Amino acid sequence: MPRPGFVLEVDKSTPPILFWRGENFSLEKLPAGRSRVIYAPEPLPAIEDVDGAIRHALLNPIEQDPLPEQLFPGMKLTIAFDDVSLPLPKMQRPDIRQRVIEAVLDMAAEAGVDDVHIISALALHRRMTEAELRHAVGDRVYDAFAPRGTLYQHDAEDPENLSYLGTTPHGEDVEINKRAAESDLLVYVNINLVAMDGGWKSTATGLSSYKSLRHHHNPETMIHSRSFMDQHRSELHKSNWRMGKVLLDSGVKVFQIETTLNTDTFPSPFGFLAKREWEWKPSDRMTFLASTKALNRTPTRLARKIFHSIEAPHQMTSVQAGDVEAVHRITTEHVYKQQLVEVKGQTDILTLGIPYISPYNVHSILNPILVMCMGLGYYFNMYKGMPLVREGGVIIMTHPTQPDFHPVHHPSYIDFFEQVLADTTDPKVMSEKWEKQYAEDEWYKHLYRTTYAYHGVHPFYMWYWGSHALQHCSRIIIVGGDPKTVRRLGFIPASTMDDALEIASDVVGRAPTITHLHAPPLMVADVS
Amino acid sequence: MKALKISRKTAKFAVARLMSPVSTIGAAKFGPLSLVNESAPTMPNAEGWHRIQPRLTGICGSDLSLVEGHASTYFDDWVSFPFVPGHEVVADCDDGRRVVLEPVLGHACRGLPLPFEGAAPGDGDDYAHLVGGHLEPGIQTGFCTSTGGGWATELIAHDSQLHEVPDNMSDEQAVLVEPAAGGIHAALATWPAVQAAIQRGETPIVAVLGAGSMGLCAIAGLRRYVPQVRIIVGARYPHQQAFARSLGADVVVPAAELARAVRRESGGHIVGDYLSGGCHATIDAVGSSDSIMDCLKFTRPRGRVVLLGMPAVVSLDLTGLWHRETALIGAYTYGTESMPDGTKRHTFDLAIETAADCQLNRLVSATYRLDDYQNALAHAAGAGRRGAVKIVFDLRASDARNKKETN
Repeated sequence: MPRPGFVLEVDKSTPPILFWRGENFSLEKLPAGRSRVIYAPEPLPAIEDVDGAIRHALLNPIEQDPLPEQLFPGMKLTIAFDDVSLPLPKMQRPDIRQRVIEAVLDMAAEAGVDDVHIISALALHRRMTEAELRHAVGDRVYDAFAPRGTLYQHDAEDPENLSYLGTTPHGEDVEINKRAAESDLLVYVNINLVAMDGGWKSTATGLSSYKSLRHHHNPETMIHSRSFMDQHRSELHKSNWRMGKVLLDSGVKVFQIETTLNTDTFPSPFGFLAKREWEWKPSDRMTFLASTKALNRTPTRLARKIFHSIEAPHQMTSVQAGDVEAVHRITTEHVYKQQLVEVKGQTDILTLGIPYISPYNVHSILNPILVMCMGLGYYFNMYKGMPLVREGGVIIMTHPTQPDFHPVHHPSYIDFFEQVLADTTDPKVMSEKWEKQYAEDEWYKHLYRTTYAYHGVHPFYMWYWGSHALQHCSRIIIVGGDPKTVRRLGFIPASTMDDALEIASDVVGRAPTITHLHAPPLMVADVS
Repeated sequence: MKALKISRKTAKFAVARLMSPVSTIGAAKFGPLSLVNESAPTMPNAEGWHRIQPRLTGICGSDLSLVEGHASTYFDDWVSFPFVPGHEVVADCDDGRRVVLEPVLGHACRGLPLPFEGAAPGDGDDYAHLVGGHLEPGIQTGFCTSTGGGWATELIAHDSQLHEVPDNMSDEQAVLVEPAAGGIHAALATWPAVQAAIQRGETPIVAVLGAGSMGLCAIAGLRRYVPQVRIIVGARYPHQQAFARSLGADVVVPAAELARAVRRESGGHIVGDYLSGGCHATIDAVGSSDSIMDCLKFTRPRGRVVLLGMPAVVSLDLTGLWHRETALIGAYTYGTESMPDGTKRHTFDLAIETAADCQLNRLVSATYRLDDYQNALAHAAGAGRRGAVKIVFDLRASDARNKKETN
C-alpha cells in the first residue's frame, strides 16, 4: 500500500535534504525546530490492463454515447493529443497517448471512418520532432498517417486553418484549429499530469491562437488564479471553461479522453531522488555521491543530454472518456488522490530545488526565464487553499541559472532576456509595453511555423505564470545562480543556502519558519 | 622643453608589444616612449608658424597603439621619427590666443598649394603633401618630428591648424574638440546610406559599436547633424551606456547584444550569424577583427560600415561583404564636410559647437601630470573597465610653463 504524502518536521536528527540544482543536486541542512519538508505521496498502483481500461472507457463514456456509436462512414474525425510538454520526464514506451490513439483508430476503422486527421495540440509551443512524435503516438500510427499528411501539428499562425467561433460573455475571442472545429467529432487525448491540465484547456488552449490565448495568458488572469491547481479559484480555469461553452454552442463536438499517471518519476538508477532522505540505504548514498561527483565534472551539455534521456516509469492510474466537464471532474479527483498532501499553515520561507526540466524545455535548456517559471509559476502554485509561503515572505530556489538559451527552441527568449528584462520585470508593464511587438514579430512567427521554436510571445507567458508569486513575495533568492543573470531577473543571488537565509533575514527575521517542497515527484499542498 | 618622445627602435617596439597585454605601464617604461628634456622644435622658415604651449592634451587610442607597439607598419613611411605624440590639444598660442589644434599637417602648413580654395588641412585626395613641403613626413602633429606634439610643454603649429577657443569654453571642453571632429566626420559618413533610407520612406537606423570617446562623439555627431536617424549603440560598460543615452542614443545595449537589438529595431530574420536585413549604416568605433565582422553581420545588404576605430592588421571573412555588397569605408579624420542639407562646413567648426553644446567636458575622466605618464597611459588603456572615458595630460602647472610665466 503506497504511503500518503508526508510533512517532516526537521529536528536535529534529520539528515540533510536533497535539493535539485538543474542538472545536479545538493544536500542542504535546514534549521531544526522551524523547518519542514513536504514529500509527495508514493506512486499509486497502476492499472494492470491498460488497454482493457482504455477500451472500457471508450465503450462506457461519461454523459456521452459510446465512441463507436458516434462514428460513421464518411464522417470527419479529428484526434488531437497533448504535445511534448507532457508528461515529464517523457514516459517509457509505449506512451499512453499511443495506446489511446490506437484504440480510437481501431474503433474508427471498424466503423468505416477513413477521413481521420491526427493533430498535435501544441498551441504556441514548439513543434515536435519526428522522434518526439513517434515516441508519443507510436511508429505504427506515425507511419500510417504522417506520410499522407494526416498527422500534423497545430499551427496557430496559419489563418487559413483557424476558425473564429465567437466570443465569451466576457468578450474573449475563441479561435481554434479549423479542422478540429469543422469535424463531426473531435477526440481529445490528454495526459493529466497536474490538476490544471485537461478539461476545456485541452481544446480551448491547445488548439487555439494568440488571438484567443491572450485573453487568459495575461498577468491579470495569472494573478487571480489561486492557484492554477484549484479549479474553483483559478481564473485561467474559468476563462477556458467560458471558451469551452463557446465551442459547444458553435457545434464543436468533443469526445474527451483523459488519463492520469502515478508519481513514479525516475527509473531505478535515480530512485534515490524520490526517496525520503532518512530512508536512504548505503547504496542510495553511494549513488548520490557518485552522481554529484560525476556531474560536477561533466560538461553541462553532456549532463543535459544524460538527464533528458531519462524515461520515466509513469504508470496509468485512471482513464475516463466522454463529456469534457464530467470527465475532468473525475480526472481531477484522481490527480488529487495521487498528489494532495495536507499541510498546516504557511511559513516565512519556501525553498525550492529547481530541476533540469519543465514543460517547455524537453530536450532543451532550462533557461533563466524558465527557471523563474518553474519556481514561481509551477512550484509556488502547487497548492490549494493558500500558498505555502506567507504574503511578504521569501522564496529561495537552488539552480545554476546560467544565461544559456537554446537558439532553436527559444529564440525570442534571448531577446526577452536582453531587451524586456533589461527594461522591466513587472508583468503588467511588459505586457502593455512589449508583448505585442514579440507576438507579431515576423521572424519569430517564421521560426515557430517552420522550425522548432516556441512562439515569439511565449517568454511573456512564462513570466506571467509567476505573476502571483512576484506580487506575493518580498524577496526571491537564487542559490548558486550566475549573479548577473539572477539580477537581470530581478532576484537576489546567493552563493549558499546559509547566505540566502542571511539575506532573507532582512524581511523575515533571523528565525524564520521554512518549508521545503521536495519535488519532483509532483505534489499539491492542501494548505489549511 | 619636457616631452614624451617615441624613437624608432624596433627592439623597443617589440618589447612594448610583448608587455602590453600584461602591463601598459611596462610597455610605457620599456617600450619606445621616453620622457626627455630637450630643445623645442625649430620654427620652419615660413609664414604663419607659432609656438604653442599645451594646457590639456588627450590620450587617444592611436597614441596607445603606438606606445604598446601595435600600430600598423603602414605608418612607417608616413611619419618621421623621433616624434612627440599628442594631437588632442588645447593650448596657449604665442600670440595670446587660446586655441585648439587641428592636427592634420595639410597643404598650407607645408607651403604647398591648397587642393581647392578654402580647403581644410584634411582635404585633398592625393596624400603626397603629407611627405612633402618644408616639414618632415607626418600625417599630423603628434607623428611628425618637425612639429613636436601635444605630450610636451611646447610645440609648433601653423595658422591653418589653429582654432581660437571661445571664452566661455572650458579647457576640458576644448580638449574634446578633436575627438568630436572625428566622431562627427564618421557620423556624416553614414549620410549616403541614411539618405537612401529616407528616400525609400524608411526610418534610417544607424548602429554604433563601441562607446569609448570616439564612439560617444560619433553618437553626439549623429544626433546633432543626422537627426533623422534612430541610433542603436552597443556599449560594453555601464558608464559608457549612460553617456550614450545622454548624448542621444535611442537604444543602448551591451555590445554583445547589439546584433539582436538591431534586428529588433529593423525587423527581418537571423540567418546563421547574419541578419537578413539590418541597420542602414554602422559606425565601428572599436576597430578590431571581431568588431568589423560583427558590423558586417548586422548592417543590411548594400548598407555602409564606417570604420572609425583604427584597425591595424585584422583577419576578416569578407564573403558576406561581397555577397551583401556592403560598403566598408574609413573615417580617419576631418576636413570639409558635405552636410545633409547640401551646405559645406569645416568639421572643426562643427566640433567646437558640439563640444560646448553637448558639454563634452564630462567625458574627461582624469588628468595626469606629464611626469606621471606611465600611470596615465595605464589608466587610458584600461579606461573602460575603470569607469573612465578620456584621460588627459594637464600641462597647465608644468615647470616650464611656470618658469616662463614667472619670467
